[in-house]
Amino acid sequence: MSRNLYDLLGLISAVAFILALKGLSHPKSARRGNLIGAAGAGVATFVVFFYKQDGEGLHNLPLIIGALVVGIAVGVPAARMVQMTQMPQMVALFNGVGGGAAALVAIVEYLNLGDSASTLAVIATVFTVVVGCISFSGSIVTFLKLQELMTTRPVIFPGGRFVIAGTLVAIIVNAGYVIAQGGNTLLEILAGLSLLFGVLFVLPVGGADVPIVISLLNAFTGLTVAASGYVLENILLIVAGTLVGASGTILTRLMAEAMGRSLFGTLFGAFTAKAVASSGEQENRPVRSGSPDDVAILLNYARRVVIVPGYGLAVAQAQHTIREMADLLTAKGIDVAYGIHPVAGRMPGHMNVLLAEANVPYEQLSEMEEVNPTFAQTDVALVVGANDVVNPAAKTTPGAPIYGMPILDVDQAANIIFLKRSMRPGFAGIENELLYDPKTTLLFGDAKASLTKVVSALKAL
Amino acid sequence: MSNGLALLAIFTLAVFVGFEVVSKVSTTLHTPLMSGANAIHGIILVGAILVAGHAEGGLELVLGVIAIVLATINMIGGFVVTDRMLEMFKGKK
Repeated sequence: MSRNLYDLLGLISAVAFILALKGLSHPKSARRGNLIGAAGAGVATFVVFFYKQDGEGLHNLPLIIGALVVGIAVGVPAARMVQMTQMPQMVALFNGVGGGAAALVAIVEYLNLGDSASTLAVIATVFTVVVGCISFSGSIVTFLKLQELMTTRPVIFPGGRFVIAGTLVAIIVNAGYVIAQGGNTLLEILAGLSLLFGVLFVLPVGGADVPIVISLLNAFTGLTVAASGYVLENILLIVAGTLVGASGTILTRLMAEAMGRSLFGTLFGAFTAKAVASSGEQENRPVRSGSPDDVAILLNYARRVVIVPGYGLAVAQAQHTIREMADLLTAKGIDVAYGIHPVAGRMPGHMNVLLAEANVPYEQLSEMEEVNPTFAQTDVALVVGANDVVNPAAKTTPGAPIYGMPILDVDQAANIIFLKRSMRPGFAGIENELLYDPKTTLLFGDAKASLTKVVSALKAL
Repeated sequence: MSNGLALLAIFTLAVFVGFEVVSKVSTTLHTPLMSGANAIHGIILVGAILVAGHAEGGLELVLGVIAIVLATINMIGGFVVTDRMLEMFKGKK
């Protein structure tokens, strides 16, 4: 196959990837888009077997095909069996192996570069080794945190920031040497340092902020693929890697905004954070707790109900029960919507996936900007397993860890119902004034058990 | 235009296409976006196959083959899991 034909087919695959991302602009076209992208990837993988680089075809075919089969045998079952609640760690793991693959490809490229290679190609190769290794080890630590195989709390050790800064300086100096002089041992040291840096860089990040890191590492891996494409003079790799870099960058920024924090603060916050004045004094103010029947009655006589789901809903596996309840209310002629905070769940858009799994039609899933103006006309806001994303302290209390984070304005609704396990504050560890509001009713207990009782009470009404 | 410059031009244009397309993605679909983009960078598989197929020493071959396994997991797994998610997004019947 000639170079021109090969490049042309690569271009078609690149367009398929663009269409895959474009399809995601609406749930209706999303699945088809993803299939187009997969087809593009399939074509590119097939075609490479017929491409002759400098007049020479591929050697080692049995090994290559064997490796492909092993990859499929591992990847497909993993992707089929993973639960939707575990999606963040799955993405982290896939991202990590992708970064690892990019780093390995770059190491081999480096060994093959020869003396005629342009400086830019050397820089691109070294960049891929460094960033690919960081992405690999960082993603593995992220996976371990999310899978709770290690502590989800920030891991900080004395002088940590100096160790990280020192490692980073060592990487930069080492990379400079490798680019200027070359040397295989130096490259191995560089790879080792980069792996170490990936670990050090993720350790201090707290559990709730880990998704931001995944997204950032995703962007990193994308850029390494683009850099590899530059060295291999492969248009497809350049376009595909750049697309991923762009999506990772945008998502990282959106997520940081949705959490009301700067990216820098998320990544390095653990080093600079002062102990937040925790509400050590026992709160003895009265709250109004209700029974499932009270909740059912409130819901039954409402005209509009907005459900605000949080990760607690998913932990309790109550998605199906809440959909059953929503269906019952809809059948009674009540207007039901789900108000979804951008970071509800464990990664952006995670809650939408969890609810879609429970067959909630996507038309009922309202984004924050869409649902906020409607709370004033809402009779009941039902908050299930969420806390920080409705906490008015984000608006009223400068100095609170969540201050500045956009929230769902459930305080505007005529009645608020919280389904909570206990009075314990949310992830950010701050008191929620809304719990003491006179129009708030609390229903304590496991979300699924509580909702089941509310559903049977609703049926009885 | 030199080859290097042409590649740089492609990269620059792809940056703009990427930002343009991704900024139109519905927030409802941000999780599939993340896993779909993840699958796309699995295309490093093509690079892995190329380096394994043209490996000259044993070390290069070993690294290349490992890279193929990892990249395949990334690509196939990413597309399958994204498809599983998107399949669930259904409208009202």
